[in-house]
Parts: sequence; structure tokens; C-alpha cells
Amino acid sequence: MTAPLDAVEPAVQAAGSAEEPQARRGTLRYALSKAGGALFSIAMVIVGTFFVFRLLPGDPVRNLAQGRNMTPAQLDLERHRLGLDKPLIDQFFDFVGDTLRLDLGTSYEYKRPVLDLIGERLGPTLLLTGTGLVIAVSLGLWQGTHAGWRHGSRFDRFSTGASLVLWSVPTFWLGLLLMMVLGVGIGPIPGLFPFRGIESIDAPDGFAYVLDVASHMVLPCLTLVAVVYAQYLLVMRSSLLEEVSQDYVTVARAKGLRDDDVRKRHAVPNALLPTVTLVFMRIGFVVGGAVTVETIFTWPGLGQLFYEAVSVPDFTLMQGTFLLITVAVIVMNTLADVVYHMIDPRVRSA
Amino acid sequence: MSLLELDDVSVTYRIAAGEVPAVRGVSLTLDSGAALGVAGESGSGKSTLAMALLRLLPKDARVGGRILLDGDDVLTMKWGRMRAVRWAEASIVFQGAQHGLNPVRKIGDQIAEPLLVHGLAKPDAARKRVTELLEQVGLPAWRARSYPHELSGGQRQRVMIAMALACSPRLIIADEPTTALDVMVQAQVLSLIKELVAEQGISLIMISHDLSVLADVCDQLAVMYAGRVVEHGPSREVFHHAEHPYSKALAAAFPTVGDPVSRMAPKGLGGDPPDPMQLPGGCSFHPRCPVALEECATLDVELWPAGPGRTAACVHARADEEVS
Repeated sequence: MTAPLDAVEPAVQAAGSAEEPQARRGTLRYALSKAGGALFSIAMVIVGTFFVFRLLPGDPVRNLAQGRNMTPAQLDLERHRLGLDKPLIDQFFDFVGDTLRLDLGTSYEYKRPVLDLIGERLGPTLLLTGTGLVIAVSLGLWQGTHAGWRHGSRFDRFSTGASLVLWSVPTFWLGLLLMMVLGVGIGPIPGLFPFRGIESIDAPDGFAYVLDVASHMVLPCLTLVAVVYAQYLLVMRSSLLEEVSQDYVTVARAKGLRDDDVRKRHAVPNALLPTVTLVFMRIGFVVGGAVTVETIFTWPGLGQLFYEAVSVPDFTLMQGTFLLITVAVIVMNTLADVVYHMIDPRVRSA
Repeated sequence: MSLLELDDVSVTYRIAAGEVPAVRGVSLTLDSGAALGVAGESGSGKSTLAMALLRLLPKDARVGGRILLDGDDVLTMKWGRMRAVRWAEASIVFQGAQHGLNPVRKIGDQIAEPLLVHGLAKPDAARKRVTELLEQVGLPAWRARSYPHELSGGQRQRVMIAMALACSPRLIIADEPTTALDVMVQAQVLSLIKELVAEQGISLIMISHDLSVLADVCDQLAVMYAGRVVEHGPSREVFHHAEHPYSKALAAAFPTVGDPVSRMAPKGLGGDPPDPMQLPGGCSFHPRCPVALEECATLDVELWPAGPGRTAACVHARADEEVS
């Protein structure tokens, strides 16, 4: 061991060249390649959607007739009106062309353009699920941080346990329970919050209207948050536990940083990285709304629209909402990749 | 006056199954500018001892005895004073090739961090100091803008050393600083540590399982077994003429370069280190000792004088001393 010490190479040689390599400007290229991939996925989804919905059992025209007495001639006429009498390949190209022009067809049930229907429902859905997501993410990450940092503490056991119980509860059951306890009221306790729709029938104007909508949002939002925040808590908690066990956290403490600063400057920012992907993927699903919660609380959102479309069944409407949700998820996944690439230097150079 | 004085230091971990004594009554002193090596197998308590010096052990560890750093007892210090001592007076070189650096922060920021935390420099001055430190460890200045994963293991270890030097501490604790590195890089890093410590008059405590590495860098050597120092003395002496059978085995475990006999047949040591919760009675080493006597199973061994400036916790060493 002693011998090689005297024959040490010049340190600079080991340290690499003295010139700094070209600055990395890969982010744009990376984003473009990801966007290309996303476009390909969307194209595949459009093609897939067409065939999947053509494979579904049931004749749309007969479904529309719904037992009304129609002659075969009338049925044929209807079929012709909907373009269902054309060869499949022609139908396919019509569908692709229409979709690219953002024409999602006309709803069988509502006799209105699907895009208009979606447009009407998008606002309420974004309001409800978006608010729910923001609250669930903040609550989950905050509790996860403290549970992970003081792991094994009473706070950790209580918050992790509670979130897991809520996660295991079926959404419709919790929704109905909250509706009964806080909406209808039990015994002497009066109902506190409205539980039907997005606004009162005699909705006031101005700021009072905002309050009215907000009070309608309480119960569905509470249900949404309660059943999903556990996943943010758990991911953050385990991610933080992993970071805390790393040597660099001990180094930070050895450097004389306060405990709080070790957490805020080193452990938490690093532990947040894996949650970025999770949150972005969830944003994709926000667009789809929450079928169960919207149906229970008769919230006029996309989830409810999708539920109605399935129960009719209204093929064009189903097709349209399905396309919208898939595209949203793909776009958000792509964004998640690009954002992650920008904030994590390890991914950047890989 | 000695810079660091350990007086009967003990560390006990409390776990669900009971108490685990990791360090059991270690007393050592380190003079200003001197280098002390602490050797031992995994689980001998050497790293626990190093972490105890700056009170970096987890909460379930109980530390006893006294650790005097420049006359101040580290164990009874207020937290504010403790934080002020950390890194500014004593810093640590961790095994940086692994996870000692924050993976998503630039190296320059990490080196500058202790300077800013201790208020020793404004951001501008800190940047200059980083360049200076990187130069000292043989890295180009632009490396300050690199991330840890862009560096090799040896370069990361250099960064760890630069970081430890940042506040010009009086003591550096190097915990296995070369363990994960290949032999050539290991040699470079060792000579760098030796050079910087000698140049800047910094005291050094180096921890390793490799006795030959320690003998090369340090003046004094302490060999630990099952949480105790079993031999202590000038490093050349301890390395080449070990008194304690455990030190002998440790020294023989690494083949001597250029000696084909030792290369072909490195002498290892049979058995495993004892479970700290069930330490054997008498001398803790007796079940693995090749020269154990009957009395070793019951005799309370302690560090007996074993030659000039040397001590060893072995009946044989004591016997030799009494004869001579």
C-alpha cells in the first residue's frame, strides 16, 4: 500500500480536463421528442377509440329507438342520417377527419354537438376536481413530510393510519355518509351543507353566488379529498424516509445546519421529486371528473356526463368524453416528464 | 494542551430488543496537528465513535463519558454552541463516493454551504473560496457548477475533502474516506489528505478497517474490538509489531505488496465479531483468539502498558511487560 503513494499521478489528470464541457441544452430537444411521442400516442388513441366503440355490442339505432315502433325503413333512414350505412373504412376516415377538426359528432341523446356538451360540463368539473386535487396534494404532502420526518411519532401513526382508513373506504359509501350527516342532518343536528347540484335554485348574484357555489362544493370536495390524499401522504412519507437515511443528510447536520434547515433545504426538496410525476398524472385525470362523486352529489360535471352516456348508451358522447380524458392524461404525462427533466439534474444528463 | 480528549466514552443504542453497547469506555487523546488512526472490523464501534464526536448519532443512542474538544465538553454543550462547533472547528469527510453529497445540488453550493451557515463569508467571497478549495484538491474551478453524478468516485471524494476544509477547521474526522475507491484513486486521495493536513496543521482522526492505510497516514493508531480499544501506540510499531492478537490478525489480513508469501496466503481471522448484546465474558476476543489461555474467559482485561508509549489489552502483552 505504501509503494503507490509515492508514485501518485498529478491530481489534475484524475480530475479530467481543465476545460468545461459545452453547457447542456438538451431540454428543448427532450421536450420536442416527448411531444412527438405524445402525438403518436394520441393518434393511436384516435384509431383505437374508433374500433373499440364499433366493437361494442348493441345497435346504436335500435337503442335510440328505445322500443318505439319504427319500421325498418325508418331505421334505415336513421342509420343513413348517422352515416352508419357507409362502409367501415369510409366511416373511419370520416371519424378521423372530424376528430382532427375537433368535431366530436352529435350526441344521440341530447341531439347537440358533443363538444358543446363537454364545454358546458368542463367548468364545473375543473372547479370541483381541481380544488379537490389542490387540497388533497397540499394536505397529503404536508402530512407526509411531518410523518416522515418524525417517523414513528404519534403524529405519524395517527395521520398515516387515518389516511389509510379513508383510502380504504368506498367512495360512494363515504359520500352518502357525509351527505346524511352533514347534508341531511341526523336527529337534532341540522344539515349544514347543500348536497344537490352546483348552485341553489334561487341563486343570488355577485359575491353571494360565489359563496353559494362554494357551500355546494364542500361535501363533494370533502369526499374527493378524503379518499385520495393518502396516496400523496404515503409517497411523500416513504420518499422522505429514504432521503433522510442518506449520508448527505448527516453531512448537512454535521455542517451545523439547524434541524429545520436540514429538512427544508435538503431532505424535503429531494423527497418532493417523485411526487411531481404523481401530481401531474393526477392533473390528467382531473379533466375526467369524478364519476362517483359527481353522480352522488348530482354535480353537473364531465363525470356525470360520462355516466349518463354509458347508461343510455350514447356512443358519440362516450367516444368524445373518452377521447378528451385520454388526451388530457397523455398531455399531462408528457408535461410531467418534461418538468421532471427540468428539475432533476440526474435525469437531465442521462 | 491536547485538542481532543476522550474520557471513558461509551455509546449504547436502545432498540426494541434491549440495549446494544456499541462503544464501551474508550479513552483517547489527540494533540494539535497530530493524526490518529482508528482501526477495526465492521461493528467494532469505530464509526459510532466518530459520529459521537459531533453528536450526530440518532436519538436512540445514549452517549456517556466526556468528549473534550479544546477543553469544552461536546456532550454537555448547548445545541446552539454545538451547531457553531460543527464543521467550523471539526468537520467530517464521509464516504463521499457513495451518498455523502446531495445528488441534486451543485457542488459549489454544497462546498459554500457551511461558510454561509456559519456566517464566515458573504456569497461572493464564498464563491472565491470554493474555487480556491477546488484547486487545493486538484479540481478545476468550473467543477463548482457540476452535479455529483457528473463526477467519478475519486473526484467526489476530493469534493468531500474540499468541503471539509471549507471553514479551516482544527480537526478533520475522516470516516472510511477511501473505502469505495479503487487502489490508484485511493492512493491519490490518501496522499492528498496527508499533504493538506500537514500543510495546514489540521489534526486528523482517520477511521478505516485497513491497518496499512492508517499506518501510512497516522502517527498514532488505536485498534478497536467490540467497542473497546484493544491496542494503542505509534502506528509503525502497532502495524509491524502488534502486541494484541487481534491487531496481528488485522495487520496480516492485507497482503504486503511485493511479498508473494503473504499474497498467496493472506492470514484472515476465523469467526465473526461478537453480538454486542451477548458479549463473551472476560476478554471479548477470547473465543476467536488463537493464543487464548484458560484465564482469558474470566479475566477482566484492560489496557496495560506494553512498551514505550504503547498499551494493549492482552494478558500476553502484560506478561511480556512484566518480564522485561
